[in-house]
Amino acid sequence: MQQNETKTIWQVIAASSVGTLIEWYDFYIFGSLAPVLAAQFFPKTNPTAALLSTLATFAAGFIVRPFGALVFGRLGDLIGRKYTFLLTLIIMGGSTFAIGLIPGYETIGFAAPVLVLLLRLLQGLALGGEYGGAATYVAEHSPTNRRGYYTSWIQTTATLGLFVSLGVILITRHSLDADLTKSIAKFNQWGWRIPFLVSIILVIISIYIRLRMKESPLFAKLKTEGKTSVNPLKESFVHKGNLKMVLLALFGATMGQGVVWYTGQFYAQSFIENVCKVDFDQSRTIIIWAILFATPFFVVFGRWSDKIGRKWIMMIGMLLAIVSYRPVFNYFIHLTDVKELVRSLPKQMPGLNINSQESKDFEKQWDDFFAKGNKADLIIIKNDTIEKEQKIISQYKYRWILKDEIQFSELRTDTVINYKSNPEFRYNKNVTYIDKRLTTSKYWKIVAFVWVLIIFVTMVYGPIAAFLVEMFPTKIRYTSMSLPYHVGNGVFGGLTPFIATLLTTIYTGDKLVGLWYPVLVAAVCLVIGVLYISNKIDPDVND
Amino acid sequence: MNKLKRYTGIIWIALGPLAVYYLIKTAAAEIAKKPVIDTKIQWIVFIVVFIPIAMGMMIFGYYAFKGEYDHLPESSAEIED
Repeated sequence: MQQNETKTIWQVIAASSVGTLIEWYDFYIFGSLAPVLAAQFFPKTNPTAALLSTLATFAAGFIVRPFGALVFGRLGDLIGRKYTFLLTLIIMGGSTFAIGLIPGYETIGFAAPVLVLLLRLLQGLALGGEYGGAATYVAEHSPTNRRGYYTSWIQTTATLGLFVSLGVILITRHSLDADLTKSIAKFNQWGWRIPFLVSIILVIISIYIRLRMKESPLFAKLKTEGKTSVNPLKESFVHKGNLKMVLLALFGATMGQGVVWYTGQFYAQSFIENVCKVDFDQSRTIIIWAILFATPFFVVFGRWSDKIGRKWIMMIGMLLAIVSYRPVFNYFIHLTDVKELVRSLPKQMPGLNINSQESKDFEKQWDDFFAKGNKADLIIIKNDTIEKEQKIISQYKYRWILKDEIQFSELRTDTVINYKSNPEFRYNKNVTYIDKRLTTSKYWKIVAFVWVLIIFVTMVYGPIAAFLVEMFPTKIRYTSMSLPYHVGNGVFGGLTPFIATLLTTIYTGDKLVGLWYPVLVAAVCLVIGVLYISNKIDPDVND
Repeated sequence: MNKLKRYTGIIWIALGPLAVYYLIKTAAAEIAKKPVIDTKIQWIVFIVVFIPIAMGMMIFGYYAFKGEYDHLPESSAEIED
């Protein structure tokens, strides 16, 4: 008998987790491929198309997700968990597959961005309804003493969805041609459709598995007894007794959890790529490795929460995140800094006559540089000659391939004045160092620290499904837990990369200024959580 | 502990309007700096989304101040009452 129960719970977990993972995968590939999709569907030359792009980015995450939580949460409390989260899966899978089929802006014009926007909104709506259903469904099958453990498998899916999306994109990007440059070009042209189209296979398998599952026993019992809610939205958000718990769930748990989640997995990657200027592949594989090593800890902390309670694991995770964000991100800057290296590189000297003896002496520097096994490629991007002023403005890129050191590209725009009579270099001070390729040791150090950031994610996120399920009554559980979850994650969390980046553009002197947003939100949430949340595990979620 | 919970309620009540004020001030500055439709849409979305959340924070603070969180419900029956 017990063996049958164990088998059933694992079937429940598998059916719920696989579907939820696919939904996260579908949601993230759009975000990860945003620049490619923008080129295909939202050309900057057309202002309306660019506007639709903005709407697709912001509306799907911030408005439609919480709205989906209300729509599908209500359905889940009225008709049942099983059919509702089956519906969200079909909507998500169908939308994702359809995005992969839409012809580009060049082929069908304005219809392309409109269709993409509509499908993206459907994705947001479906995602808003999925998580609450899956978490509720698993929790309502779980015994009290293992609720945290079993629901923590659902908690791995968001991170694994990100992992799979990054992996599929990287593999596709690299495998369309033997020559990497051609492969990337093909990917940008048509290969980006593959990750979208692949989704349908996964969705069909998941629908097949979910169709074979039974309704949650607690909900089925309520339905048989005729005790289901008549108006879940009213009971969840108008009745004071429940509304105060919804507000507590949002401000004391999911708000902080959302910013810790997005800082550890999204902003970290964005920071490594856009602030530290690590190249596309490395900035993604760093996250992939860190996720791979950290994911088991969702289950570790979920299981632990069954023994010591949910509250303190989540609160300590938030506290550790708050105190360590600035030092960790500062360390990323330090590890990827190339200023010292740049000083040792051979160059033409500003103010020197090109034909002078001193200038020629620099040739020796180059000889020494090459003798050490280093390489340098010069790519001229643009040469503008201004005859009248006897000036040449050159945009060029050096690719520095240094032995046992970071490889990087140096983007410069320099000027040669008096180029006909007495040519002389004038260096422009605005030099950028991009496409950094880290040494193995630095690469793994960054992986280790991103892993630490994701461990904080596992602490705040691992026990939260069980925590939310235990807060609300069965008959309005789907609705009541979905909204604070998606406001916390979709709005507070989803805004993290944007607000953090925005802060760095307003206060340009401090590269770490963007971290104030997650730190402050998590700090408020920590204080509220510590003061108001109970650490008691609800022994009975049947009520 | 219950006293502390109640008094900090005042902070949460104040935090709502403060956050909205800061948000609108930043939005106005950013839109003035770059008055294109993209910037306007972004900030309008933020304001529309955050105002109900700020109101939620004020209600949370009010409940805390009134002692609604002095005792947390231990069963669904307490929530439904």
